[in-house]
Amino acid sequence: MTMEKTEQKHNSQNKKIFLEFEKPLIELYKKIEDLRKTSGAGLDMAEEIRMLEKRIKTLQRDIFSKLTPIQVVQVARHIKRPSTLDLANLIFEDFTELHGDRNFADDPALVGGIAKLSDCRKSSPLGETFFDQPVVVIGHQKGKSTKENIARNFGMAHPEGYRKALRLMRFAERFNAPIISFIDTPGAFPGLGAEERGQAEAIAKNLRSMAGLSVPFISIISGEGGSGGALGIGMGNRVLILEFSIYSVISPEGCASILFRDAKKAPHAAEVSKITAPDLLEINVVDEIIKEPVGGAHNSYEETAKNIKTAIYKHLAELSKLSPRELIADRYRKYRSMGFFIED
Amino acid sequence: MPKLSLHNWFQKKKENKEAENPNEKLDIPGNLWIKCTKCRAAIFNKEIEANQKVCPKCGFHFKLSAHERIALILDRGSFKEISTTMRSKDFLNFVDSAPYSQRILRSQEKTGLSDAIVIGEASIGKIAIGCGVMDFSFMGGSMGSVVGEKITRICEYCIDKKLPLIIFSSSGGARMQEGIMSLMQMAKTSSALSRLREIGIPYISVMTNPTTGGTTASFAMLGDLNIAEPDALIGFAGPRVIEQTIRQKLPPGFQRSEFLKEHGMVDIVCERSKMRDLLIKIFAFFVNTRK
Ligand SMILES: [Zn+2]
Repeated sequence: MTMEKTEQKHNSQNKKIFLEFEKPLIELYKKIEDLRKTSGAGLDMAEEIRMLEKRIKTLQRDIFSKLTPIQVVQVARHIKRPSTLDLANLIFEDFTELHGDRNFADDPALVGGIAKLSDCRKSSPLGETFFDQPVVVIGHQKGKSTKENIARNFGMAHPEGYRKALRLMRFAERFNAPIISFIDTPGAFPGLGAEERGQAEAIAKNLRSMAGLSVPFISIISGEGGSGGALGIGMGNRVLILEFSIYSVISPEGCASILFRDAKKAPHAAEVSKITAPDLLEINVVDEIIKEPVGGAHNSYEETAKNIKTAIYKHLAELSKLSPRELIADRYRKYRSMGFFIED
Repeated sequence: MPKLSLHNWFQKKKENKEAENPNEKLDIPGNLWIKCTKCRAAIFNKEIEANQKVCPKCGFHFKLSAHERIALILDRGSFKEISTTMRSKDFLNFVDSAPYSQRILRSQEKTGLSDAIVIGEASIGKIAIGCGVMDFSFMGGSMGSVVGEKITRICEYCIDKKLPLIIFSSSGGARMQEGIMSLMQMAKTSSALSRLREIGIPYISVMTNPTTGGTTASFAMLGDLNIAEPDALIGFAGPRVIEQTIRQKLPPGFQRSEFLKEHGMVDIVCERSKMRDLLIKIFAFFVNTRK
């Protein structure tokens, strides 16, 4: 497929895109570029470049340690942020994409396939052994350019996307493979066809079905966790989140225009709605925060993938000890306990 | 937090009859008339009340409070409410045009309810059932932690007592003042329904005007049978959001009950006056199929 090829080309992340608050970095990057140009003329600038790179890292670390919630939103939505297909190919081996919901269409905004997680550890009385664990991977798929995003519908799935995901989850269950889902969507698509084909029914059925899955299920919020469209593939036994991802019931912009009657109040909405990883961890909506490389996941796909892989190993090892019944009970306990209320 | 007993709420409700009817009123002292939302005809309030709150001119179904619906559909005096004192907690200290905690108190005073749903055991045609009835006049019937917990409890109650379940929805979706926790109620209620289904207990979902957002995309669409009142707005995204996204006007009848039936999402569109008889027939089916 040509679409996949162009996406892989973009993976090299050669062209840097700076966010508003990253402006102090631009000058340093420019200096490096200039030095590289002059170093061709018999001068060795390697040492100076290394110094500048170090300064960039320090500055980046400083900037990213003080991000406001709306700035985190910008990182989570970064056009170069690693997508589901990027991560699936880097974390797993032999990722093979599968297509279609067998009813209506294939939804390019929600992808899935089979893969293997190599070097899984198993301890037994005889010592440790390693094996390749087959897994089913599903996730929302955004593009890395406007053109790609139009083809991917900006990662906003239609009912057929959710039904494809369900088909693959059932497939995983039948063949006893753990499921890994990547969440990165502004939301389920609000459109004519989506409503006609039952967007609400598709998501609702996914929720009920995920509750009953008899295989280990790990959901990873890798970018934008937009409301029901995110939850529609997100009911893992464990829900993990990348450091600069968000998860919310409504976008900060939507919240601002509905509740505060002013779309410009999005920064305030982001602040008060508690949508960042630490806030979500505090109320147990997520179980663990996965560290991102300095400057955000888009700065190193490899490091991001490595960190996610480490987390998957850990949680999969724990979940693999549970029987199918225990896995369902574990999930029920998790979601049953969610909510805050007072009762006399 | 001062304790307001439900009895007090009901008293207040009786004292303040005007606040009770959320429908549009004409500017006439005493609110004897109301203007029909659909056909715009001015109709005697009494006439509408006597007609199960259905417009005698065009058949438009006005919203019912939870207790009005209970009185209309279920066997007289059979409803026994459970989990009556559960209230929302403003854990985000959320303030939009008013603090969330104040909004809750105001809605409680206005409706006499503790939150946007009442749950309990009742009978219909002498068949024992578990039921949940939502009330749109409580913060737009939005689903927060209390609605999620109560739906979960009535599911567990039905599992425990082996009773069929019915839920009447009337909701704008998630309660944004509870942030992500309102979204999690979709997962929670669907999990409870998964258990109910696993055990083989029937669940009837009745959608009334409006049922949208997270409510539709969780428990409202998951009935073994999905039933809708006529011309109710039922959908995932709100019509305005869709219009803004696709930049075109929506076709007439879009996201209405009949549209959903046409597209295979709803089993039956049933007018209010026939709802009780329909439900009795349906529950009788389940009684007779019970193993
Ligand atoms: Zn009318």
